[in-house]
Amino acid sequence: MSNWLEIAALEEIPVLGSRVVETDTVNIAVFRGKENAVFAIKDQCPHKQGPLSQGIMHGDSVTCPLHNWKISLVSGEALGADEGCTNVYETKVEDGKVFLKSPTI
Amino acid sequence: MSDIAKQNLILIGNGMAGMRTIEELLKLEPEKYNITVFGDEPYGNYNRIMLSPVLANEKTLEEVMLNDDNWYQENNIRFEKGKKVTDINRVAKKVIAEDGTELPYDKLLIATGSTSFMLPLPGADKQGVIGFRDVKDVDTMVNAALNYKKAVVIGGGLLGLEAANGLMKQGMDVTVVHIGDSLMDRQLDKDAATMLKTSLEEKGMKFLMSHASEEILGDERVTGLRFNDGSEVDADLLVMAVGIKPNFELAKSTGLHCERGIVVSDTMQTFDPNIYAIGECVQHRGQVYGLVAPLFEQAKVAANHLAELGYGRYEGTVTSTMLKVTGISLFSAGDFIGDEDTEELLFRDVASGTYKKIILRDNIIIGACLYGDTMDGTWYFQMMKDGTNISDFRDSILFGQAHLGDAGHGDETRVAAMADNAEICGCNGICKSEIVNAISEKKLFTLDDVRAHTKASASCGSCTGLVESLLAHTLGGDYSQAPSKKSLCACTELTHEEVRTGIRELHLKDHEDVRKSLNWKTDDGCAVCRQATNYYLLCENPDYNDPESRFINERAHGNIQKDGTYSVVPRMFGGMCTPKDLHAIADVAEKFKVPEMKVTGGQRIDMFGIKKEDLPLVWKDLSEAGFVSGHAYGKAMRTCKTCIGDSWCRMGTQDSTSLGIKLEELTWGSWMPHKYKLAVSGCPRNCAEATIKDFGVVCVDSGYEIHVGGNGGIKVRVTDFLIKLDTEEEVLEYCAAFSQYYREDAHYLERTAPWIERVGLDKIKAAVLDDEANRKALYERFIISQKPSQIDPWKKHADGVDENQFKSIKITAA
Ligand code: SRM
Ligand SMILES: Cc1cc2nc3c(=O)[nH]c(=O)nc-3n(C[C@H](O)[C@H](O)[C@H](O)COP(=O)(O)OP(=O)(O)OC[C@H]3O[C@@H](n4cnc5c(N)ncnc54)[C@H](O)[C@@H]3O)c2cc1C
Ligand code: SF4
Ligand code: FES
Repeated sequence: MSNWLEIAALEEIPVLGSRVVETDTVNIAVFRGKENAVFAIKDQCPHKQGPLSQGIMHGDSVTCPLHNWKISLVSGEALGADEGCTNVYETKVEDGKVFLKSPTI
Repeated sequence: MSDIAKQNLILIGNGMAGMRTIEELLKLEPEKYNITVFGDEPYGNYNRIMLSPVLANEKTLEEVMLNDDNWYQENNIRFEKGKKVTDINRVAKKVIAEDGTELPYDKLLIATGSTSFMLPLPGADKQGVIGFRDVKDVDTMVNAALNYKKAVVIGGGLLGLEAANGLMKQGMDVTVVHIGDSLMDRQLDKDAATMLKTSLEEKGMKFLMSHASEEILGDERVTGLRFNDGSEVDADLLVMAVGIKPNFELAKSTGLHCERGIVVSDTMQTFDPNIYAIGECVQHRGQVYGLVAPLFEQAKVAANHLAELGYGRYEGTVTSTMLKVTGISLFSAGDFIGDEDTEELLFRDVASGTYKKIILRDNIIIGACLYGDTMDGTWYFQMMKDGTNISDFRDSILFGQAHLGDAGHGDETRVAAMADNAEICGCNGICKSEIVNAISEKKLFTLDDVRAHTKASASCGSCTGLVESLLAHTLGGDYSQAPSKKSLCACTELTHEEVRTGIRELHLKDHEDVRKSLNWKTDDGCAVCRQATNYYLLCENPDYNDPESRFINERAHGNIQKDGTYSVVPRMFGGMCTPKDLHAIADVAEKFKVPEMKVTGGQRIDMFGIKKEDLPLVWKDLSEAGFVSGHAYGKAMRTCKTCIGDSWCRMGTQDSTSLGIKLEELTWGSWMPHKYKLAVSGCPRNCAEATIKDFGVVCVDSGYEIHVGGNGGIKVRVTDFLIKLDTEEEVLEYCAAFSQYYREDAHYLERTAPWIERVGLDKIKAAVLDDEANRKALYERFIISQKPSQIDPWKKHADGVDENQFKSIKITAA
């Protein structure tokens, strides 16, 4: 059984913006970059659980809306001088549709 | 290596200004030119300033090299080392060097610097008579110190004293000969100079003041110096440090217009548009400079034009000086002598060796001279450059930034004397020892570093001054004091002004355009520049909006809370409401189970804890009841606080509530550089606190007093009185004009209070009061900007605009 979940059409995510995917256990922020790279990260800042989905995205990172930590969307690690890490998830885009590698829901 | 498709750029002069230009150019347009550099010194580019510490054995030559031979290779630059250019053929566009090398150019950059000015005394050609300019001079001095004992330095200025200090460190017996009766007379006043002379004498330096040199004695090598009064002093080495001579013979011989230097325009171009010139060899707006700070600014501008960006302008630099003699602190800037129109603030304590003088014209600093305690030099210098009006803290300014109580810029006590556990940053709870440890352990050098590593001063910023002082204190001499231009963020080298001018003059339409045309270093920018740029773009074009470049509060039109929910504050114009309004709000609160409500400090009601997905529904109900967004979340016009005024109050002089409502109807929705608050009080008792608002009106019997630039937040500031007006119509016009001027002029995230302190009230008066046509034009532009912004954002979203933002995608383990 495939564990890729279709979550949305690519256009439904704004460029340099995000959508939140709510599962039973975890909220995942799915971001779309300028070249249509799609990233998925747990919607919880390693600092004080700020909703990363609500931050400003740039390059392959996002600035948390609560206290401006910068988090890598590739590794989930806090960038710069801050220390901390959150989960990231695999994604792929096929035929204009975004898929998320099913996390253990 | 050279590429025929590219243009040829030649630099003559491998010094600090020229090479800085090349470095700046490589950052902007690395591939544009085949670059050739001619330098007649047999070295790569070195930091000339550091020759003094090299002479004083505090640094080695390797340590002060800026670009070694490898660097030129790595950057594909043809380096004609040790070759002097002797001719420029402007018709054939070629340069010709001493050894016959001939190379064509498309663009030429002349940066030939200056040479030591040698007094034309008889005997000046003897061995052992030198200037102090380059590595060769330093070598000569170091060798002389091995074989000889006595050195004489002519010139008691900055350079002379640094040379004398270095020679002393090399073990020589040094006498400084000065023509005037006071040292460093271009930088210091007499009192400070006397204190300086005493400390140098204590170190062993000798002085012959008011001595005019007449003849250099000796056969082949110098043995002494005779003065015009017949007296003599012995010398085995004679260093002349009496000034510099801009080196422009080459430029002049090729027909370029020269006066005291090569004459250049604000774009650093000579009279031949293909030839640029910068550095000590040029004259710009009548000024010739001999310090690096201005040259580096020139370099940026020249690089900007060589890269064909075309928006940089050099408009001159205010300079400040420090003496690089270890153990002596001295700072001077601007006009420190003054005239009959200026005032002088003076502090002198001979016993502790402290001297501070500030010269003021109309309460604006025009010069400063500090000796002994120079910690506040940067602060004074910044205020001098900004034209800050210091009348509010004039009586304590000499005690320094640290002395401005906590309503001031934040420095409560001298940092050095503070306890280790003293809290410096209240927002992030960072104490002194944490900052000091981070600076020393992680080798931090700049404010940004400290912010990144400790978060101190990264939030509200009111402790920035303290953190800077801690940096200066911890790093000592390594901390670069001269505040240079502050770039908007790490993605660009440009300042707020430059970005704005760029957007305006190049008619940039969107973020992409800005980042491409203004050479951003990052593809998408960052959270800092995207928000600023978004504002600057929409200020030029009111229809512009890029939601992804807005802070979440402005995207979701509510304040994000620490648990990720939002607050909703409907607008209540002038704080007025009806029972029907209150019912409507109460209904919404019940329907959506709002966990908490509060009457805010802005005279309206806040509903907390609303889930993002509910926002459009809440707004729909509010909108149907006639409410619009209160913008309590935006860098925008917030509220207009009013008192009840003459409708009920026995003291009221005018109808302050209805004027407040009119003002709020005029300005609501307006995007601003920062939050913007208004108030109208019905009489001078001022119950609406109009004198701590961005725009405040105090009604009086005979009309309306207009007050601007107040702030009740982190640093309380009372407004400045702008003007008294007769009618409500005038109040509305002046309000729109003032608001628009602020919108067009202030930096993003600069409230009216710091803005006015930076630009000065006079500039605002000139724009809004004195020039009627300009006021009307500002008014018009404000009204135009209001058209799109008064389409209620809540209603828009309730009607389905951008609905995805509020909806999450739900997945369940089915
Ligand atoms: C709700 C309110 C407190 C209250 O319960 O009364 C409030 C709440 C917040 N204020 Fe305020 N301020 C509120 C009136 C004020 C006032 C009083 C006033 O406006 O008369 C001031 C001082 C006056 C002034 O601004 O000059 C005030 C000075 C600040 C400041 C400091 C601003 C400054 O320039 O120094 C901040 C921080 C900032 O803006 O960076 C701030 C920031 C905040 C923030 C937005 C904190 C944040 O960044 O998230 C708070 C949001 C709470 C929320 O989720 O809704 N709040 N805040 C008031 C809303 C007024 C409204 O109806 O819109
Ligand atoms: C000892 C010392 C201490 C100083 N301390 C300070 C200080 O503390 N703070 C401060 O702000 N400033 C200081 N200065 C001044 C500062 O060093 C100069 O302002 C700066 O170096 C000028 O830069 P420039 O590029 O215009 O000239 P330079 O750095 O002199 O560069 C010009 C270069 O062009 C070469 N050149 C000239 N003609 C030709 C030609 N025809 N062909 C090929 N090459 C040629 C020269 O050999 C030289 O290498 C100090 C200067 C000295 C000497
Ligand atoms: S409401 Fe204002 S004063 Fe109160 S905690 Fe928030 S920011 Fe601070
Ligand atoms: S919660 Fe993300 S920075 Fe604090």
